[in-house]
Amino acid sequence: MKHVKTINLPDLKSSLREGGCGECQTSCQSACKTSCTVGNQACQRESKDQKK
Amino acid sequence: MSNGMMIHKYRHEGLNIVLDVNSGAVHVVDQPGWDIINLLEQGYKRNQIPRTLQGVYHQQEITEALEEIQTLMENDLLFSADYLEGYERAPEHVIKAMCFHMAHQCNMTCNYCFAGEGSFGGEKGLMSREVSFRGVDFIIQNSGLRKNCEIDFFGGEPLLNFKVIKETVDYARKKGREAGKEFKFTLTTNGLLLNQEVKDYLNEQGFSVVMSLDGRQKVNDRVRTMKNGSGSYDSLVPEYLSFVEGRNHQDYYLRGTYTAYNQDFFEDLKHLVKLGFKQISLEPVVAPSEAPYALREEHLPELYRQYEHIARYYLKLYGSENTFTFFHFTLDLSQGPCIKKRLAGCGAGTEYLAMSPQGHLYPCHQFVGKKEFLMGDVTQNLQYDRDLYQQFLRVDINRKEDCRTCWAKFYCGGGCHANAHQFNGDLYKPYTLGCRLEKKRLECALGIQAQLFLNHEQNASKEASREP
Repeated sequence: MKHVKTINLPDLKSSLREGGCGECQTSCQSACKTSCTVGNQACQRESKDQKK
Repeated sequence: MSNGMMIHKYRHEGLNIVLDVNSGAVHVVDQPGWDIINLLEQGYKRNQIPRTLQGVYHQQEITEALEEIQTLMENDLLFSADYLEGYERAPEHVIKAMCFHMAHQCNMTCNYCFAGEGSFGGEKGLMSREVSFRGVDFIIQNSGLRKNCEIDFFGGEPLLNFKVIKETVDYARKKGREAGKEFKFTLTTNGLLLNQEVKDYLNEQGFSVVMSLDGRQKVNDRVRTMKNGSGSYDSLVPEYLSFVEGRNHQDYYLRGTYTAYNQDFFEDLKHLVKLGFKQISLEPVVAPSEAPYALREEHLPELYRQYEHIARYYLKLYGSENTFTFFHFTLDLSQGPCIKKRLAGCGAGTEYLAMSPQGHLYPCHQFVGKKEFLMGDVTQNLQYDRDLYQQFLRVDINRKEDCRTCWAKFYCGGGCHANAHQFNGDLYKPYTLGCRLEKKRLECALGIQAQLFLNHEQNASKEASREP
């Protein structure tokens, strides 16, 4: 497109149906321990799919 | 516009960036596109726009941009509806991660420590092997069908209790195998006891390691002091470097805290990168507002500038041998966490608990010692307080007014419960200063992604034009 460049094609809505396996790392365990961030966590299911 | 749609428009490094909050789509738009989106957001109808922008842009340009925007709207990538209204997290009663406070004592006396030199306002002491093993039993019993379980060895300084850490790892691996669980381990350390034996052990056992260092020597040594009052920088840096090089820069974070004393923390970030660290996290201090090092509202403009500097520096080094990861700028926009994870936030009290050396359970490490949040005692039984669980389950981004209407909600997950409680005495009222910093970090992180996308596109087009 000329006027709008979309940099990602997320699938948040469908993840409401398909997500929620709960196998990913608990976010506060990662590196911060003081300020919550969720968006930078990796999806365990996707990383497993990629390894296949 | 209605249906709970929400966008966030901002300018970053000369780019017009539009985030469609509900879908998570990020767009870079030119000026006509920006103006049209702005009018639509204000409630203008599509057919009013050509006349409104007449004389500002050519009609053809307006028509083209409008068509592109219309296509995005039809594909639910712009002004998309809120599909989570009324959604409630179901109680699963699955606790699969715990923070073990191996030592409520510390070999340092950092000025800003929220743990009060490791004791969290209570008695000093080390966790016994029996309590630690009960903690492992607790996770196995309460993690339901989850395979991946986590233990973070925390303190005070957890390496003061290294023997019990090793025994706990062996026990968790053995019991985990029997129960079909896989344990992952993290260690958060101040580094003073990171000798060769400990380094080898952490590497062999595949630990993720979070190491504390605040940056430049004068900044670090002002607040991160040893018991005798001297600074820790000189003894830590060589040990940390040999450790991270020994593990090929995998699975660690060099974690610093910035305070009102170093509002120029970009200099600390640069210093850490130049020393050779590649995985870095710098966090704002959490401190009572009367503390001299506490961050306050009036510091925000300077702190924002620091994040902008870091974003520029990140891009400058991106792809070079000095590329680094900055924890809060790490975003996978296409394949990040599912929406349920984003709603759940940090998981404190619902999938994650902290355990004191005495075996007392709390929603997270920052609640340890607050009696009204005591959730259980593993020395008595492997149960936990279901009412407190329910209380934390309910505090999600849909139920917190400030979060429900915030564009950043799917990235921060509602912020830190402990901060909300500490500063506002209310789990439902997020800590505003933390929110504002988080939003700035996100704007920078999204801006970085947009710039990387455009760079990639530009390089691809150059490549294509070179082909015969």
